[in-house]
Amino acid sequence: MEDGFAALSKIVSERESEIVAHWRQLLVTASGGTGRIKDAEVEKQCRDFLSAFAAGLGAGATVATDPAFDSARELLGGVSQSRANQGFTPTETATFVFSLKEPLFEQVRASYPDDTARVASLGWDMTQILDQLGLYTMEVYQRSREDVVRRQQDEIAELSTPVVKLWEGILALPLIGTLDSARTQVVMENLLQAIVDQSADLAIIDITGVPTVDTLVAQHLLKTIAAARLMGADCIVSGIRPQIAQTMVHLGVELDVVSKATLADALALAFQRTGRTVVRKAVAKG
Amino acid sequence: MPIRESDDVVRVRQAVRVQAVAAGLGLVDQTKIVTAASELARNTLDYGLGGTVRIETFTGNPRRGVRLTFEDNGPGIPDLERALTDGYTTGGGLGLGLSGARRLCNEFEIESVVGQGTRITIARWK
Ligand SMILES: Nc1ncnc2c1ncn2[C@@H]1O[C@H](COP(=O)(O)OP(=O)(O)O)[C@@H](O)[C@H]1O
Ligand SMILES: [Mg+2]
Repeated sequence: MEDGFAALSKIVSERESEIVAHWRQLLVTASGGTGRIKDAEVEKQCRDFLSAFAAGLGAGATVATDPAFDSARELLGGVSQSRANQGFTPTETATFVFSLKEPLFEQVRASYPDDTARVASLGWDMTQILDQLGLYTMEVYQRSREDVVRRQQDEIAELSTPVVKLWEGILALPLIGTLDSARTQVVMENLLQAIVDQSADLAIIDITGVPTVDTLVAQHLLKTIAAARLMGADCIVSGIRPQIAQTMVHLGVELDVVSKATLADALALAFQRTGRTVVRKAVAKG
Repeated sequence: MPIRESDDVVRVRQAVRVQAVAAGLGLVDQTKIVTAASELARNTLDYGLGGTVRIETFTGNPRRGVRLTFEDNGPGIPDLERALTDGYTTGGGLGLGLSGARRLCNEFEIESVVGQGTRITIARWK
């Protein structure tokens, strides 16, 4: 008897049009007619995948990782990736492969109308391989989603480095998130530029939003503080939480600047240093 | 998990934080092990030319905590004592990563063979 996978390959290539027609219909129904992907595009994806699938099976592949399935996997990877980027759910994405089972099984049955044992064994082979390809689809989907998140993180990092003017000559730099080297460079340049532009005497670097202060972060802070000093501004570091302060002591890093628990305390000190006092006046009620 | 690029260091920190919370460590101990992990992950990347970290929690008697094993197949460290000296660096850092990580942990073991690589195991418990 002919090997099951070779038989499947033959069925897929000989009955491609029937399979595609049925498969497409299932995909359209599954997407709830949202029309997020154009019909023509779906049809092309279906056809391309089927021919790569048939070729892989024909070349003797019996598991999804077989090199003979390289182009089938590549196609699925592309489908997965574009769906992940468009915000499709995992289910919607996996449906692409899984919904091929029904039309394919139907054609297997039609090919062997009188041989139930053959139909059952081919059905089993088909299910095995499509499940594996479905899992592969999910892996790619997952990786693509992670890439999307990473890109968003990069964008957030760019956005969240403003230098804020608190008062005449007093700047604040609220740092939020991870201080990797690329971002720190931007932060430092922004701060130095602002110090020059506004002839600032004091810069408050607030690290309340920095989750981890390791020696690399400390080194970036030290460099920033030294550069600010060269431009004529003193720094105050605020927002060092107690657990971070303790960790810094164990690491052995010293920032060698005045530090304050909160940004408010730092501002009070900045006022004091620049000869200002804050006075509270009675406020008329009503 | 792999340590191949700078973003992996961030991921290691996050994973260690999650495990430290799961092991029931308090905020100070969490911060210490996460910071130590950050140092060693960065060294694995910068000096070890990339590698891996294994994260384990132990919740049995008498201790609860997290153990991390960093491994790389990089050039190795020729003089461990020197590398563990405060301020010693070959890469323009502060030279406080290894020595600081040792002070931040309850357990610190380092094995290194020149030309073969480095393995460092640390643990923090309560
Ligand atoms: N995984 C490693 N492989 C090879 N050399 C290492 C490794 N980790 C640390 N080192 C060496 O130990 C030195 C001290 O490391 P560390 O205390 O973290 O300081 P820093 O990272 O600031 O240089 C490094 O400069 C490097 O020469
Ligand atoms: Mg280091």
